[in-house]
Amino acid sequence: MKPAPFTYHRPRSLDEALSVLAEVGDEGKVLAGGQSLLPMLSMRLASPGHLVDVNAVPGLDTVVADGAVGDGVVRVGALVRHSALERDGGATATQPLLARALRHVAHPTIRNRGTTVGSIAHADPSAEMPAVLLLLGGSVEAASVRGSRTVAAADLFAGPLETTLAPDELLVAATFPATAPRTGTAVCELARRHGDYAVVGVVAAVGLAVDGTVERARAAYVSAGDGDVVDLTAAAAGADPARPGWAHEAGELARSQVGVEPDIHASGDYRSQLVAVLTARALTEAAGDARVTRAQETKARETSEGAA
Amino acid sequence: MNEQHVSVTLRVNGVAREVDVPSRRLLSDALRHDLRLTGTHVGCEHGVCGACTVLLDGQPVRSCLMLAASADGHEVTTVEGLADPDGTLHPVQQAFVECHGLQCGFCTPGFVTTIAAYLEENPEPTEADATEAIAGNLCRCTGYQNIRRAVVRAAEITRERA
Repeated sequence: MKPAPFTYHRPRSLDEALSVLAEVGDEGKVLAGGQSLLPMLSMRLASPGHLVDVNAVPGLDTVVADGAVGDGVVRVGALVRHSALERDGGATATQPLLARALRHVAHPTIRNRGTTVGSIAHADPSAEMPAVLLLLGGSVEAASVRGSRTVAAADLFAGPLETTLAPDELLVAATFPATAPRTGTAVCELARRHGDYAVVGVVAAVGLAVDGTVERARAAYVSAGDGDVVDLTAAAAGADPARPGWAHEAGELARSQVGVEPDIHASGDYRSQLVAVLTARALTEAAGDARVTRAQETKARETSEGAA
Repeated sequence: MNEQHVSVTLRVNGVAREVDVPSRRLLSDALRHDLRLTGTHVGCEHGVCGACTVLLDGQPVRSCLMLAASADGHEVTTVEGLADPDGTLHPVQQAFVECHGLQCGFCTPGFVTTIAAYLEENPEPTEADATEAIAGNLCRCTGYQNIRRAVVRAAEITRERA
């Protein structure tokens, strides 16, 4: 279990990294945290001719959190480790779903090395952060010697372990929008051990109407579905989130809409059951979170009106 | 075969070291083969078991999931670097002795490094915290109960020595 030989590159600047990637083309693979790539190399599931280690490129390890509820974003650089983003107070204040989801990403030791942007670039359907980016409608910045472009999450993922990025492109950052007004989020997943790959995971967002009833409900799936965000509003709109069991119907809608595959860990039927149950649970939690957000917004508005 | 080699300069257990290794050399193998520090154990070699855990700039990482080349310019602490120079065991090592936290010992270096770093940030863990702290490491002998106790005991020893 050792990687096959490759030519190793350790660029010291972004320009140098992009030049190397352009030069090596299809033969190149970017190494950031390597927590998915190294096992693939060791098991020889991948044997790129050139490995471009971006860990010495300056300026890629920053988190910029900007703005309050409703507008603003969290911009995460390509070398930000999961653990650093998880502990970033500004990021958590702007978009609390990040830290909530990151606690489910592998074990702390893996999070110390793995990068959030790398996980997105890896596009593993069993990974949490691509689902978070999709659900929030975030985007990524792809750079190459040809220039830089922004790619919306919905246009990034082409399938399991595949993105629409060109071989010479480097993901330099991912941008997650701040919490939308009166909106809450939650992550629920079942794994054999906490930190292992989820048998099924659900990342959900619920938006409340001004009167406090459910206005919108959406979910993205880990280890289930085809990578699209599933709109569950039809089964949830108008519900009173204080009424126990209100999300049951939305869970059943998810069961009918989210395709699943059997594997050695779970049958298809069991996965579908988890989709229904975890969807209802995540929506319930997200609605609870939305009520907290809504209360804070009301309070902030009253305070500012009082001050005026 | 003309395989590419890279020169890697790093600090290991406080000592500056330089190794010339094939670029595909894993950090775990560089520590064991090139630096002869065989305290770091290699179990699954794909990041699942945690036996190869070392501290990279103080943070626990899987040394089998890093290239030696990526450690260039960094500080690595292995299990050999935890005890005091006079031989006094690190609190976590002492706690493993007292609590019978190991049987065959294969997984132990990974547990000890992981727990040592964990206690730096969480000096007063409960047994529930301890379970969470060791959840990323596999042990096939002990059933984990004594390792859990060792986490709590290590925190006590640290306080006793302070």
